[in-house]
Amino acid sequence: MSDDPLLSVRALSKFYGNRIGCQDVSFDLWPGEVLAIVGESGSGKTTLLNCVSARLRSTSGTVHYRMRSGEMRELFRISEAGRRMLMRTDWGFVHQNPADGLRMSVSAGANVGERLMAVGDRHYGRIRATALDWLGRVEIDADRIDDQPRAFSGGMRQRLQIARNLVTGPRLIFMDEPTGGLDVSVQARLLDLLRGLVADLGLSAIVVTHDLAVARLLSHRIMVMKEGRVVETGLTDRVLDDPQAPYSQLLVSSILQV
Amino acid sequence: MPTPLVVSDVTKTFTMHLREGVRLAVVEDVNFSLKAGECAVLGGPSGSGKSSILKMLYGNYAADAGQIIIAHHGRLVDIAHATPRTMLAIRRDTIGYVSQFLRAVPRVPAIDVAAEPLLSRGLDVERARQRAADLLARLNLPKRLWHLPPATFSGGEQQRVNIARGFITDHPVLLLDEPTASLDAANRDVVIALINEKKAAGVAMLGIFHDSDVREAVGDTVIDVTGFAPKGKAA
Repeated sequence: MSDDPLLSVRALSKFYGNRIGCQDVSFDLWPGEVLAIVGESGSGKTTLLNCVSARLRSTSGTVHYRMRSGEMRELFRISEAGRRMLMRTDWGFVHQNPADGLRMSVSAGANVGERLMAVGDRHYGRIRATALDWLGRVEIDADRIDDQPRAFSGGMRQRLQIARNLVTGPRLIFMDEPTGGLDVSVQARLLDLLRGLVADLGLSAIVVTHDLAVARLLSHRIMVMKEGRVVETGLTDRVLDDPQAPYSQLLVSSILQV
Repeated sequence: MPTPLVVSDVTKTFTMHLREGVRLAVVEDVNFSLKAGECAVLGGPSGSGKSSILKMLYGNYAADAGQIIIAHHGRLVDIAHATPRTMLAIRRDTIGYVSQFLRAVPRVPAIDVAAEPLLSRGLDVERARQRAADLLARLNLPKRLWHLPPATFSGGEQQRVNIARGFITDHPVLLLDEPTASLDAANRDVVIALINEKKAAGVAMLGIFHDSDVREAVGDTVIDVTGFAPKGKAA
């Protein structure tokens, strides 16, 4: 682990008119670290994720990102084109609904290959070989490479979306409820896959989830949000086993035991 | 480092916000230190806070007050105030923990569960798996189970995977939470031998052992937890 953070968020707020999206959020994310943002619907976790990933303009506060050159840059001081390049190459964004992150009417192979072409690869054979390799890594059979994702199950679509995001070798992945809407058995497979990939590739990730089991399995650190504010933050197992804030205690005590 | 861990004036209280903020005092003014090459035993009846002390040392429970100083990478770090990132580094390299129960991750085979602490420290997969295999074999876990996820294993089998995982590294401090609770006599002896090897290697250990045979076989000193009972609480 390096000593410099990859991402540094300070006093970030987002207001929708006079309604609070998120307020006064600060944190650092280091290389190789997975941060889970938990809280109930409407707690501001997706707003925060969208502001940090430059998909949404914050009302105030700063987000600094360490470029590959080592230089810390404020996201909204990078040119629009530069920010788009960052999103296509250095970052990935895994949506809850795979249809938001995939092109449903082109083949699985093209979905993966497209990100490679966006970073300048033009060699068809190499693109196809890399796409095949990534389909294998997310456990999609090679003979499905020419099928469209609309012919895939929900779990397969989500795995394809992950392959599409990871093929360019990003350093930071944003995930919004990556297992939401999947059957429990499919969730377990996806979580295990994500856990392995994140560890093997040394990725940093910010995962928004309302599912504390997902946070326990994937993350090193947890940030608990309520009404747009961070109410508690700490080591994942510490927050889940010894929650301090009243709202964290409520969340943890609400988990059904099986 | 002859004294790798020093606990000073540590206090732990649970505040139950969902129960009108009831405060449950667990321990107060906890003071002790661990010596390299020795195994200290936490003594006291159940409910006296033994597990809570182990969990605070591992950063799993927050300490309300006091210091838990550990020698980490040649520096002294206070676990009670360490950032999550520092705590993760301390767990990776300095302080190990053998919990009573295995928190099984879906689909990960037993051998990789045991090898994982070495992998996270950058050892290559083949060597890490070999070390894991050696330990699982020593603990008499049937070879046919090594490549299966432990979720469906018996309590004793899961505990042996957990022990292999905890003993596989050369962490200078090792916490043991009833590592022999669900083991038969033969495997208890294997664990006693493993603990003695750690002592010979200069590891400082702190354990909870309900089994008096094991306690007597490995314990060098006893830390009486009843001495840390909260003053407000009737003894």
